[in-house]
Amino acid sequence: MQGHAGRRPLQVLTVPEADTRRDERDGGEIAPAPVLELKGISKHFGAVEALSEVDFEVYPAEVVALAGDNGAGKSTLLKVIAGTHPPDAGIIRFDGAEVVINSPRHATQLGIETVYQDLALCDNLDVVANMFLGRETVSAPAALCRLSELDMERRALDVLRQLNVTTIKSVRSPVATLSGGQRQSVAISRAVMWNSKIVLLDEPTAALGVAQTFQVRELIKRLRTRGLGVVLISHNLHDVFEVADRIIVLRLGRRVATFKRDEATPDDVVASITGARRG
Amino acid sequence: MEPGSELSASKQAIKALERGPSFAPAMLFRAARMRISSGELGALPVVFGLALIWTYFELQDTHFLTARNLSNLVLQISVSGTIAIGVVLVLLLGEIDLSVGSVAGATAAVLGVLTVDDNWPWWAGILAMIAVGALIGALQGVWFAVLRVPSFVVTLAGLLVWLGVQLHVLGDAGTLNVFDARITAIASTFLPDAWGWGLAAVAVIGYAGSRLVEDTQRRRAEMSARSLPILFVQTATIAALLLGAVGVLNCAYGVPTAGVLLFALVAFFDWLVRRTTFGRHIYAVGGYAEAARRAGISVIRIRICVFALAGTLAAVGGLISTARLQAASTQTGGGTLLLESIAAAVIGGASLFGGRGSVWAALLGALVIGSVSNGLDLVGQPADVKYMVEGAILLLAVTIDAYSRRRLAVTGR
Ligand SMILES: Nc1ncnc2c1ncn2[C@@H]1O[C@H](COP(=O)(O)OP(=O)(O)OP(=O)(O)O)[C@@H](O)[C@H]1O
Ligand SMILES: [Mg+2]
Repeated sequence: MQGHAGRRPLQVLTVPEADTRRDERDGGEIAPAPVLELKGISKHFGAVEALSEVDFEVYPAEVVALAGDNGAGKSTLLKVIAGTHPPDAGIIRFDGAEVVINSPRHATQLGIETVYQDLALCDNLDVVANMFLGRETVSAPAALCRLSELDMERRALDVLRQLNVTTIKSVRSPVATLSGGQRQSVAISRAVMWNSKIVLLDEPTAALGVAQTFQVRELIKRLRTRGLGVVLISHNLHDVFEVADRIIVLRLGRRVATFKRDEATPDDVVASITGARRG
Repeated sequence: MEPGSELSASKQAIKALERGPSFAPAMLFRAARMRISSGELGALPVVFGLALIWTYFELQDTHFLTARNLSNLVLQISVSGTIAIGVVLVLLLGEIDLSVGSVAGATAAVLGVLTVDDNWPWWAGILAMIAVGALIGALQGVWFAVLRVPSFVVTLAGLLVWLGVQLHVLGDAGTLNVFDARITAIASTFLPDAWGWGLAAVAVIGYAGSRLVEDTQRRRAEMSARSLPILFVQTATIAALLLGAVGVLNCAYGVPTAGVLLFALVAFFDWLVRRTTFGRHIYAVGGYAEAARRAGISVIRIRICVFALAGTLAAVGGLISTARLQAASTQTGGGTLLLESIAAAVIGGASLFGGRGSVWAALLGALVIGSVSNGLDLVGQPADVKYMVEGAILLLAVTIDAYSRRRLAVTGR
């Protein structure tokens, strides 16, 4: 397969494919199957080949970091999984069954939640409305589609409290009035409040201060403890090494390396991202 | 206005009211000033402007503020106000509909031909015209949402096409007199005095009741709720406005049926956009369509529905217009009706940039435009002055909109 060919000329520390990893992880016992598996995913935007024959896999209770330079195709891969940009070629397996994810709604129905790079918040709506966007709670009779503001507000407050998001003073103020970090907290809270199996995070700490970054990291670890698969895109290698179990590197739309966190150094990852030869 | 954002903006005022009456006015004033400086203007400037306009014309010794003239004013704004509701919905999406005047005219022609020439019963004629309006709107919506042609262009083309349809349907006659009493009743009948009082009372009690239930539920759930004094003040204000209006109108002929229709439509659509998932999704699409799409909302469906509603409301406007003039003619829906409807929506406070505004903007804005037009008539100003003044007011409203948008950006919103 081409994806493997692309990976071949890589560094010593590159881990072979997921199989070995499984063995080690479970001490040689029966390995868990990946909750999500992508094979040979390609995606074009006109002449731009954003992804070519990318394989990808996430296991339950695992944090995978996606690393790569600007324009490497990280966000595109995320959007393929999230259903916002269905792929041109390739297959996706979720919980072992082959699925076609061709709309964001379909992805959320499967249990895939996404925090987009631009956060995808409606500035004119308040925090509660954003957290429930597209999945509003309605009061009986359901046919009238009447919003159940009280229930939504209560749940939103619960979730924010559970996630230790304490800086948002009013969940009824428009998202436009929030700081960058607060907006990010809202987007992340929205993604983790729906019993999901996989959470995709596109640069979740990009706009955050020190304390908030710390909280997001803790949050990601907590998601892993809860058995979720987490995909994390980050340019911040410190973050990556802090929380990720595996690091997958994309370069120019191809998967070029896979590292285990414990067996790699940031320098290895940087070399792989930039394509520099190690001397 | 979202109930919650009011809540946050006037939180200080609420606290003040709880503390005691002596603090309240100062704090209310401060909350208002905070809103203005942060660009969150709400209905304040419109109400202020309306008061200014009414005072001006009354000082001109024109009998502006007489029961008869105000009754007349209500009838005058019933057409543009109804159409403006649809325009507000489209503006909430961040789009524009320039065809509403022509749609009103074309559907009026349909009504005329069906009931006069083809002897359809009145109700069938009305149903048919409404259906035609909805279909036209949906068609334009599809063209915009699916084929991705800018709504400005689609509805500009619609403006011409539906005007052509109107002329074609009316044929050589050009004017069809519609004398069916059940149709003209919409604009020529008035509620008996007791009915007017009764309806106003029901509206006030309904408002206060639903607010009370909501606040009680919130308090029971131990969540922040408006304090009782605030609820009381708001209910009292609404009661004073509604009962005052009914009282004045009862001094003339009673509350005009068309006015009740307009008020009911505004109240219904206000409920629809603020309280239902459909309305929430309209705001979402107008705020950031891509975010709405990613949240699983069918942006295309929402857009088509909203344009269909705008067409439907334009047809209702055409119906009221036909009833008022007792005729469907080549003039119906023409003249300044389109601009007045759009101006009403914008002046009332619906943002041209999408995602901001309330359906009440249609009523408030129509009142402003209608008052200016009515007052200048009373003063005896010719059309030239009227057009210039109305244009200036529209420009002022859009400037305030752009200014408040900039302020929102400056204050990080
Ligand atoms: N909607 C789109 N239309 C056209 N081209 C696109 C689109 N989205 C992404 N691309 C292109 O696909 C390539 C990969 O983009 P992508 O956003 O996935 O990069 P990225 O790895 O997320 O980069 P960054 O670190 O800057 O976020 C880029 O060349 C980009 O220009
Ligand atoms: Mg990206």
